[in-house]
Amino acid sequence: MSKTVEIRWHGRGGQGAKTACLLLADAAFSSGKYVQGFPEYGPERMGAPITAYNRISDERCTVHSNIYDPDFVVVVDETLIESVDVTKGLNPDGAIIINTSKSPDEVRPELGGYTGKVATIDAAKISEEILGKNFPNTPMLAAAVKVSGVVDADKFVQDMEASFKHKFATKPQVVAGNMTVLTRSMEEVQVG
Amino acid sequence: MSIRDRLSGNEAVAYAMKQINPDVMGAFPITPSTEIPQYFAQYVANGEVDTEYVTVESEHSSMSTCIGASAAGARAVTATSSCGLALMWELLYVASSSRLPVTLALVCRALTGPININNDHSDAMGARDAGWIQIFAENNQEAYDNYIQAMPISENPDVRLPIMVCQDGFITSHAVENIELETDEMVKNFVGEYNPENYLLKHENPLAVGPYGVSPYYMEAKVAQVQAMKNAKKVILEVGKKFGDETGRYYGFFESYKLEDADSAVVIIGSSAGTARATVDKLRAEGRKVGMLKVRVFRPFPFEEIAEALSGVKAVAVMDKAESFSAAGGPLFAETRSALYDLENRPKAINYVYGLGGRDFRVEDCEYIFDQLDEIIATGKTGEVYRHIGQRG
Repeated sequence: MSKTVEIRWHGRGGQGAKTACLLLADAAFSSGKYVQGFPEYGPERMGAPITAYNRISDERCTVHSNIYDPDFVVVVDETLIESVDVTKGLNPDGAIIINTSKSPDEVRPELGGYTGKVATIDAAKISEEILGKNFPNTPMLAAAVKVSGVVDADKFVQDMEASFKHKFATKPQVVAGNMTVLTRSMEEVQVG
Repeated sequence: MSIRDRLSGNEAVAYAMKQINPDVMGAFPITPSTEIPQYFAQYVANGEVDTEYVTVESEHSSMSTCIGASAAGARAVTATSSCGLALMWELLYVASSSRLPVTLALVCRALTGPININNDHSDAMGARDAGWIQIFAENNQEAYDNYIQAMPISENPDVRLPIMVCQDGFITSHAVENIELETDEMVKNFVGEYNPENYLLKHENPLAVGPYGVSPYYMEAKVAQVQAMKNAKKVILEVGKKFGDETGRYYGFFESYKLEDADSAVVIIGSSAGTARATVDKLRAEGRKVGMLKVRVFRPFPFEEIAEALSGVKAVAVMDKAESFSAAGGPLFAETRSALYDLENRPKAINYVYGLGGRDFRVEDCEYIFDQLDEIIATGKTGEVYRHIGQRG
């Protein structure tokens, strides 16, 4: 049986972590994979911690539980590191990808002794510079794809352009900006 | 020719509805309903269907709308979840006793106390004696496939009963997974037109629907409902086979997974059957003779068939995602153990209540249950029959 790649997303309600999780499922689907993308639901409200999950595999995965031992963790809001055990169960051969202005070396001491790869990206800065607003989900999606390698990077960029054109059919002017965010995020993510 | 796509369970059912283009939808399109009326409303707004989309103030009214429409000879659908189903309660019995083939997409979720929005089967199991056919899905694919089979089953003249097409809340309804969709043409042909022989507005043969049933007649109506439910068994199998012949995906009352030579088995409904399937694969790879029986059709309950399928097993764990407060086991356990009673050599049977209010059910949990079954086989002692798994303390 082929290996299933498991990814856990930590964000806050309203930041688009669930959307990014579903977009990653979309991208993996487009590259021919079997996918699962699902959020963990509770009493939702803006700003509350939320978790979402992906399983990506070459065969249909029938397990329908949450993910406890992820290969990759994506942290969309760095303030969660203080209150949520974001590296819990994380595969030491995997990576954690964090939205922060800090470098991997600066943030590693906050990660409870996690020995795997630490990747950082300043999603807020990229988003604000290009789109004029803080939409962290597209940069985090791009960084997750780049670091995890679950989807071919070039194919991903092509598919996302089609996906954005569809998603923003009524406001095509935002497609170019989002594509710039995507490619720049893939270049700027630091792995340490 | 199937179309490869990825959809959530809610999207899958809404898409099937679009392909079917029913006459009327009774829609309460806000919480605690599902996303299904919301997605379907877009198809209505875009003119992709010409369904009469009746927005109402409660689920009591959405089911009443379906009953009125169905009595008038229309194909009527609705969707709901949790306390939405609870609010339909009174009308569920009106639909089934009036022999109206309404199709209800149910996204199974816990009932309140304590307040909870997550998955279990409390809503569906509470409605199990309402006279509706109940079919459950393991994933988005089965939710879609079951929905397409629903009307050919419920509208069959030998059946004419309402049908509940159930999927697990959030775990299936809000999870995006791969799916094989069928063409509009295939679905339209498979489901066909609804042409009831009698209906309220047929002027050649005026008809009363839902009148008072005095004592000399009430029981006859109930026995007729039972006969319809018995007839449904044959129709469910025929429709499942025809669907398989056209799509390659065959359906029966339940799925036997690696049961042929199994010593122990779990009996389970819904999304957790996928987790049990992965557990069976894992333990089989270690050389253990384990299997699974996934119940698809809960009403009518396939008593003889399930007994036959489990006749070679030594110990079985029946899994309930709902409490019944009999203080002796859940609803699936009651039915399954009753089914096993007529076997000469009955397997030992235990019950696990699991997954209430969204409590996660993991491969590790299922492995633990198989370990317990092994111990029962080894010692010959069943021990406590009625058990819970996953709770603290």
